[in-house]
Parts: sequence; structure tokens; C-alpha cells
Amino acid sequence: MAEQIIFYVLAIVIVVFSILSVTSRRILRAATYLLFVLLATAGLYLMMGYQFLFGVQISVYAGGIMVLYIFSILLTSHAGDKVKKVSWKRFVPAVFASLIGLSLCSFIIFKNVYKVAKTVATEPTMQEIGKAMMGTDKNQYLLPFEAISILLLACIIGGIMIARKR
Amino acid sequence: MSNIPLVGYLVISTIMFFAGIYGFLARRNMLTILMSLELMLNAADINFAAFNKFLYPGQMDGVFFTLFAIGVSAAETAIAIAIIINIYRNLKNINVDEVNKMKY
Repeated sequence: MAEQIIFYVLAIVIVVFSILSVTSRRILRAATYLLFVLLATAGLYLMMGYQFLFGVQISVYAGGIMVLYIFSILLTSHAGDKVKKVSWKRFVPAVFASLIGLSLCSFIIFKNVYKVAKTVATEPTMQEIGKAMMGTDKNQYLLPFEAISILLLACIIGGIMIARKR
Repeated sequence: MSNIPLVGYLVISTIMFFAGIYGFLARRNMLTILMSLELMLNAADINFAAFNKFLYPGQMDGVFFTLFAIGVSAAETAIAIAIIINIYRNLKNINVDEVNKMKY
């Protein structure tokens, strides 16, 4: 019962704040709403029993990416600035596309996904995650790990190259 | 253990994803477009974790997909914000319909 209440609270937080974050006209507020959505997503990971994902989501998304966003918002807009009002020419197709897609996807989900009520309680331990990340056997992920490390290195170099003073 | 059906997670992530679609199509500020993109990526991550939890308990493929997707989106955001700040430095404007100097 308590689990369901927590789930509903997280669901309401996610739905309300994700809609607010794409409709709010003050951009810093939109970023704050996005932060709430990301934190509630971390809560969902915790409810699924993935503590490691919870930690990663909090530290990378809510910690790292949001700081970047807030810095760049403060650098590129003045206090009290409002985003321009969405014109009808843009609003109508966007709402149309998202509502059509939403109804299509919900139809598919409710029609096809059978309701799995209970699963086996398996929570991967930190040791298992570490072994799976560092091994080369089946279901182990050393190659993507190295690939993403190269990607991050390229990203650092690219960021410096793009943003340096000329 | 878990009393929440898979459908619950899927519906939440679907709503989040299409909120992102709306923001991506309707908003004109580059930073808000990037935020909508972030919402969509986040919805995909929830789906990976939920499918792993409910359909393949005991395996960790979905967890790793989510981990790597978070890493890739962090890199993508950093680069995109570097580009946006550079554009702002040169043009003093980050609205996508006014930044069209290199277009023609």
C-alpha cells in the first residue's frame, strides 16, 4: 500500500512537472521543473530496486547536467526575461502531433502489455554491476564502457575547442 | 515484492516523452529545446529499466543500456551547451528562428 502511494506521488510529480517544464515561459523555472522531473525519475529507479541507477541519475543528471543548464541559462538570458509566446502556427501542430502520438502509444500499451503484477525480487548488487561492466564474456560490457570513455574524452576536447576564446 | 504493474511505468514514461515532443516542436529557445530532448531521453531510460525489471528479472541488460544512455546524454548536453554559448557570444540570440546567418 505504501509503495503504491509513493508511486502515485511520483507519477503525479512527473506528469505535472514535465508538462509545466515544456510550457513555462520563464526559462529558469522550466529548468527547475525539469530538475523535479529528474529527481522523481530517480525515485522510480529506487522503486524498481536499482540503487545504482538511482545514484547515477542523481549525481549525473540532477547534479551535473542541471548545473550546466542553470549556468547557461544565467549566461544567455537576463533576469525576468520571458520566452516569446508560442504562436498558434506552432502550437496547433505540436499539440496535434503529441496528442496523436500519446493516444497511439497508450492504445498500444494498454492493448498489448499484459499486466505483470509481481516479479521476482532481484536487486543487482554493486559487485555484480562492477563485474558485468568490466568483463568480456557474454552479457558483460567492457567494450561499450571503453567506447563511452572515448566518447567522453572526445566530448571534453570538443567542448574546449568549441567554447574557447579566439 | 512490487505491487506496481509494468503498465504504470510505461504510461508515465509515455506522457513524459510526448511532453518532450510538444516542447521540441513548439518552443523556439535553444535551451528549452534541449530540455525537451532531455525529457525524451529520460523517458526512454525509464522504459529500459522497467522492461528489464519486469520482463527479464535477473539480467542486467536494461540497467546497462540506461547507464550508457545517461553517459551519452551527459556528453551530448555538454557539447550542445558549448555550441549554444558560442552562438550567443557571436549573435547575442539563441532563438532558432532568428539564428539563420549560416543557412544560405
